[in-house]
Order: sequence, then C-alpha cells, then structure tokens
Amino acid sequence: MAVSAPVSEGPLARLDATQLGYLSRDLDAIRNDVTARLGAGDARYIRSVIRRQRQLVLVSRALLLGSRHKPLWLAGTAALSVAKILENLEIGHNVMHGQWDWMNDPDINSRSWDWDNASPAASWRHAHNYVHHMHSNIRGKDRDLGYTLLRIDPEQEWHPVYLFQPLYNLLLMAFFEWGVALYDLNTPAMLAGDKPREQYLGELKGIATKARKQIIKDYVAFPLLSGRRSWRSTLAANFTANVIRNAWAHSIIVCGHFPDQTYTFSEAEAANESPGGWYLRQLLGAANVEGSPIFHMLAGNLSFQVEHHLFPDMPSSRYREIAPRVREVFSRYGLPYNTGPFGSQLAMVHRSILRLAFPGGQPRPKGGSGRRRLAARFRR
Amino acid sequence: MGLLTPLWAMGDTRGRVVRIRRETADAVTVVIQPQTPWQGHSPGQYLRLGVELEGTCHWRAYSLTSAPGRQDGCISVTPRRVEGGRVSPYLCDGLSPGATVRLGGVEGGFTLPRRPPKRALFITAGSGITPVMSMLRTLAAARRLTDVVHIHCERLATRAMFAAELRVFAAAHSGYRLYSRATATDGRLNGAELDRLCADWRRRETFVSAPAGLRESIEARFRADGDPRRLHTESFQAGGHGRGAKRGRGGTIHLRNSGVQASSDGSEAILQAAEQAGVQIPHGCRLGICRSCVCRLRAGRVRDLRTGRVHGHPGEYLRACINAPEGAIELDL
Repeated sequence: MAVSAPVSEGPLARLDATQLGYLSRDLDAIRNDVTARLGAGDARYIRSVIRRQRQLVLVSRALLLGSRHKPLWLAGTAALSVAKILENLEIGHNVMHGQWDWMNDPDINSRSWDWDNASPAASWRHAHNYVHHMHSNIRGKDRDLGYTLLRIDPEQEWHPVYLFQPLYNLLLMAFFEWGVALYDLNTPAMLAGDKPREQYLGELKGIATKARKQIIKDYVAFPLLSGRRSWRSTLAANFTANVIRNAWAHSIIVCGHFPDQTYTFSEAEAANESPGGWYLRQLLGAANVEGSPIFHMLAGNLSFQVEHHLFPDMPSSRYREIAPRVREVFSRYGLPYNTGPFGSQLAMVHRSILRLAFPGGQPRPKGGSGRRRLAARFRR
Repeated sequence: MGLLTPLWAMGDTRGRVVRIRRETADAVTVVIQPQTPWQGHSPGQYLRLGVELEGTCHWRAYSLTSAPGRQDGCISVTPRRVEGGRVSPYLCDGLSPGATVRLGGVEGGFTLPRRPPKRALFITAGSGITPVMSMLRTLAAARRLTDVVHIHCERLATRAMFAAELRVFAAAHSGYRLYSRATATDGRLNGAELDRLCADWRRRETFVSAPAGLRESIEARFRADGDPRRLHTESFQAGGHGRGAKRGRGGTIHLRNSGVQASSDGSEAILQAAEQAGVQIPHGCRLGICRSCVCRLRAGRVRDLRTGRVHGHPGEYLRACINAPEGAIELDL
C-alpha cells in the first residue's frame, strides 16, 4: 500500500499551528457547552429509547410465535429488524462508546453493556473506540473495514484479490456482525507475531461464547418456542432480521467514511499531531448523511459521523443540535463539511468498490482542496 | 428487560420513599419501601444508596438505622447534611415522599453479634450513632436492653439525632444507661475517661462508631489495658477524598481498553488520575466503601492511600478511588 507522497494534497497540512490552536479551542467550546448542559432530559431520552426497543423486541418475538401466518411473519420480522437496528446502533454502539457513562448508571454503562451482536463487547470497544477512532482514516493504522479488506481509495495498491471485492462486499453486508467480529481478531497480526497468541486465543474464545449465545437465541430457542408448525418460519424470520440489521449497519458505516469527499492520510501526515490537527483529521475523514429524525435514530446518529468523530463520547442525541455550530466553525476556516443524501452517498461508495476492484483509478474531486477556500476568515 | 417498568431494574433493586422525618435541623430519616424482596441486613451494616440528580446517578453509603425485619417491610437511613456535598443536601432538603431511589448492596462487618452480648458499651459520636441506632432498636425490640451503657458525643446537644427515642429507651428499659456529652462545652471524649464513665468497661463488648480521633483514642486504651478482642469499631471519613496522607511515589496508568495514558503524582487515586485524562470510571462513594469503581489490574503494583500498603497482582480487582499507582501500572479499563 502506497503510504508516502499522497496523490491529492488534503487541507490537513495547510492550517498552521496557530490556526489549528484556534480550531481546537472553538471545538472544545462546543463540547464543554454540551457537557455542562447534560441533564435529566438526556437521561430520559436514552431510557425511553431502551424501553421502546425492549417493548419492540417483546412484540416482535410474540408475533413470530405465529410466524406460519404470512402477515404475522412480515410484521414480526419487520419489528425484530427495527429492534435489532436500534439495539446495535442507537443503543449498543453509543453506550459502549461511553456516551452515557456520565449518568453513572450501572445498567447503562460502557463497561457493563453487551449487545445483540457477534462481537464481544470488550474486544469491540478496543478495536473500535481506540484503534479506529484514534487513528481514523490513517492508511495502515485505521483497521476499520476499508483500507485492508476493501480497496476504497485509489492510493491503496491494487492486488488481484480485489477483483472479488464487489462479491465479498455483498457477503460482508449480509453477515456484517460476523465479519466485524472475525476481522477485529486481527489474525494476520497474530501470525506475524505482533499480537500475543494468548490474547488472540482469549478473544477467539470470547467470540465463540458470544456466537453460541447468539445462535442459540435466534436459531434454536425462539424457533423451538414457536412450536412444531412455526419453527421453520421463525428461524427464517430471525435470519432475515439479522441480515437486514447487518446490511443496514454496513450501509450506514460505509457512508460514514467512504464517500468520495473523504480524505485518507499517510502516517507521516498524522505524526506529531496537535489536538487541532486531530480534530481536523476527524472532520476530513468523515461524511454525514442527511435524513429525517427517524432516519437519524435508526442510524444511531452515525449519520452525524463528523460530529461523532469529533466527540465520540458525547451523547448521540446531541449531535443534531451541535451540527450547525460545527459546520459554522469549519466554514469559518474554509474547510469542507461533507454531507449528502443517503442514496447518493451510498451510491458513491458502491461505485468506488466496483471501480477500484480493477487496477488504477483516479482520486475523486474533493471539497476543500481549492486554496482560495482556505483563506481562513478569523474573527478573533 | 428491567427498563420495562421504572421500578424493575436490571441489576440493582429500587425502593420508594414513603416517609421523611426530620431528626435535627441538618438530618432526616428517610423511610424506604423496597420494591423487590429485601435482601435483609444485620444491625450495623450500611447500604449503598443511589439517587439521580440531573440525569446522573450518585451512589453513597449510609448506615441502615432501621432494625431488620420491620413489620411494614421498610428500611431507613438517616443522612446528615454535609455542607458543599451533592447528595446529602438533596436527601435532607430536596427529597419528597414518592421518590424512587436505587438500593445497592448491603455491606459492613461492624454488626451486632447474632447472640447479643450480655453486657455492652456503645460509644458514638455525631452521625456515628446511625449504625448503633439499628443495634439499639434491635435490642429494644427483643427486650435485650438489659445491661447497656451508651456514651454519645455531639458538639451541641441540639444537633443530637434520635435524642427523643434514646430518652424513651432510657425510661422504658432500666438496663439502658445513656450518657450524652456536648463536646463544645464539656470537651472531647478520650480513652482515659472510660473508667469514670463506665467503670466496668473491660467486661463489656464495646462498639465504637466515631471519627478517627476518638476511635484511635479508645483503641489505644484497649491495647494498653483492656482486651482488644472485645472492641468493635466502625470508622467514618474513611479515606478523605482519595487524597490520603500516605502518598507514594506515583506512576503512570495505562488504561488498556481505552488506550489512554494517565499519571498520578502519588497522592491522586487512579480514579482522579483517569478523570484528569478524560476517562470517567463509574464510581460511587469515592471513599473505598462502595466498590462501584472496581477495576482489574493487569500489571504493576498500587498503593492503598488509606493505609500506605503497597499491593496488587495481575488479575486482581481493586478500587480505583483509594489506590494510586506505585510505578507503572496497566488496567483493564
């Protein structure tokens, strides 16, 4: 993978230390303002989402007891899919980020939460909260799914295996939770001796335990409860709901980092980074998706990927509120703010996956690369 | 599943405040009806109580002042307002009947023996009377207040909690003798006065629940010319706020799961050091009592700031609020 001399020069290098200092101060001010105002309303929000989600699970499982009747199957599968999506994205992902730890509630806490997903909580937290969020979009360091499994940036060297990426990306989409769990194990690192064998085996055992629970729940226990005449259709419904949840999560996540306007960085670009530089890299490596409030909730507010990457442990319910302020700060520095409708963001990603399966490929035009836009207008 | 109804929790149980009785200007008794079968307690133990203020749950440990097995199934605690505190001012002035609180674990080894002693001496000071109140109520209900001496110290008599109930005990049980002391006028109690106030103290099971100064003075007396096995103590103000006098050399703290590096100068506990590095460790009392902040040590040694003892082995669980790193450590956080 080519890590030296980036083909496209991003705006990362063009704010000087003083400007980055101002940027960091402006963004810190937004964070501190929200932190100071967190209160009972926020606590009510997450509790009501969890309560509704639990109710939805109960309803869906009840409907599926009679899954041999088509309308019950459809309604039950739909409700279970939505419940699983809410549980993984708006609840699980965000709780495990520590977004609700300020409540000091032992039940809604990053240390104790476990989710309806194949990845065990502890290893996912390390792989996601640390490896991905700390090193976002640094080629060779960010192990989030692109950049190794998928060739998503023309600056990644082509390899014949990428010819199959349109195909295995579809498989990944359908079985996303299993893909993430196995990928986070980082088998190549263990084989290369970079990851202790003992730690690897421990994590593998964690996945096996989690997998057994998930399989028993969705493919043994609930089908059995549905009885002799409905067990097959309940099993199919649970499988379908898992695939729908996986495909949805995959789509939201690829839209967060792989649309055309996002930048990737070499390790050299991110070396000796200041807090302002870190913020800037988060901005340039993330893309938002526009949509309705319901869409944002089902996306776990990861549709505010920029805000999430700037403040990963801020309660997700606040991203919408701060988005205009974040955007205003960046526009003041002449920086691009990447956002677009779901359909077009998703289409761009899939087009890149198809195109970059083959050798070559040109970097797409990106916002913020024109120097005139960088005539930062400082108000202070 | 616990969030289906607000009173049906996933982990801990909840209780409803049914009554609030003012004891003094700065203390109230909060009577709580547990919403699930109460786990029970021994007289003298404390309860981890959680209250939610502006969305954040705060955990504090309070001695249970009720005797076990009340007819109405209720339990009670009697917090005193700590100026500048967060939770006690709310309990004393902001709480109203009908509120929901969380009930954490019941803990504590300062308890009345299952077979109550024939002769007992209780020495209490200030809010240190709270665990002893549960013991006295238990003894009174069982008509076992037959040979009990109780020395209670308070700065001013008007600040004394449970004064009326103690007088009722004294009137109703000839075997209960109460000696109240207002330390603002009569001076502080010390171990040397035991002979004058309770001549046969050596023959009594003695229960001391008082701040460190008084407790240490009584302990010294028992070591010098008594039987320390007969002495049972409870200490309040356990470790200050994690800033003990027993500071060590400090060190770095590597939080493995979050990938964060923090450091302590030797006087800051892991909890504070992590907070300064931007990592919130769930916590409760910050005094080493409630164990909400327990985390797993992976490498290195730590110093207990209350005692100065250096300890720790890989895999051991330790409390973040009272331990400071002694050299470089790694934690599963």
